[in-house]
Amino acid sequence: MIAPLFRYGLFGDETSLIVAFLIGIGFGFFLERAGFGSARKLVAQFYLTDLAVFKVMFTAIVTAMLGATYLAWMGLLDLSLVNLVPTYVVPQIAGGLVLGFGFVIGGYCPGTSMAAVATGRIDGVFFGLGLLAGSFVFGEVIRLPAVASFFTSTELGETTIPTYVNLPYGLVVFAVVLMALGGFWAAGLLERKAAACATR
Amino acid sequence: MTTKTSAAAWEPVPVKAEPAERELAAPYMNPYLAGVGLGLVLLAAFVVMGRGLGASGAFNRLVVFVLGGLAPEHAKASPFFASYLDGPPLKDWLVFEVLGVLAGAFISGLLARRVMVTVEKGPHASVGLRLAMAFAGGLLMAIGAALARGCTSGQALSGGALLNLGSWAFMLSVFAGAYALAYFVRREWR
Repeated sequence: MIAPLFRYGLFGDETSLIVAFLIGIGFGFFLERAGFGSARKLVAQFYLTDLAVFKVMFTAIVTAMLGATYLAWMGLLDLSLVNLVPTYVVPQIAGGLVLGFGFVIGGYCPGTSMAAVATGRIDGVFFGLGLLAGSFVFGEVIRLPAVASFFTSTELGETTIPTYVNLPYGLVVFAVVLMALGGFWAAGLLERKAAACATR
Repeated sequence: MTTKTSAAAWEPVPVKAEPAERELAAPYMNPYLAGVGLGLVLLAAFVVMGRGLGASGAFNRLVVFVLGGLAPEHAKASPFFASYLDGPPLKDWLVFEVLGVLAGAFISGLLARRVMVTVEKGPHASVGLRLAMAFAGGLLMAIGAALARGCTSGQALSGGALLNLGSWAFMLSVFAGAYALAYFVRREWR
């Protein structure tokens, strides 16, 4: 095993901040390249006229997933040293719904709003201010015991789909790849349908 | 950088550009190609750092930085704010990563001549309505991301690639929530 490099002590905390900036540049570059600095391009996903959000997101997930899986199989990357956000089923489903509402109302998510700000979108600036306000509101309401106990409910710890359903890791990876390919095919079909409806 | 000062500056840049704008802005990258690029950046984060990408955490840290300066005792009493107060709130990996996102998006936008001061909205929505909705959407999103312990980047993208159980439950509900509400806010976009 040689990776994750930082976890094996190849560089320290100060250097990791430079790495963060460089990785951020790559992240922002490809978000903007894909058109995700534009709220209209992003929300088109939810009106089925342009499914770039789905295509980019699932291509990225499959690419990183396959890369990490192969590197782990070759003994180069220790996946157990890569951070996993612990699972809290109900708060994460509720949070996802609220975030989905915010996405179609506001037109961005936190990462893409920064691509919007960087390319001059005033609505991206207002979205960012909304993010700060929302973070403050959450920090205040979590003081209520009822909210705090909901936040930590249905805890399953750090777990993955293969661990939880007790299937081989590679089989779940394969299923995700098949699902993504099926999704890409369906996305093309839906876009052609939407285009045909628009010209009719 | 293109900065228009006329009233036209407030018109959104159409997704399918009009002839005049088409000469100016380059077309977006093929989504599958951009996805591979984004995936390789995410893989680099796994391999080099042992962590995924993120965004919402940086905004929480900015709030904690300001609140911790104005009312430190009040900030410490909230478990959410306190979780960011173990060191200087802004000397953090995610904060530097988000600064990189701003730089990277600016470079890409500049190269494609897409940097311009404008408001993204549908043809029938007013600028005031759009900016109010952008603020409201951001507010909801920060609450959702805090509840879920991550946003589209930290949960859906990074956790998705690691087959994290909670991330996949989160991702499906994001799409469900957005599709469920899309009809009701269509006047903002259509």
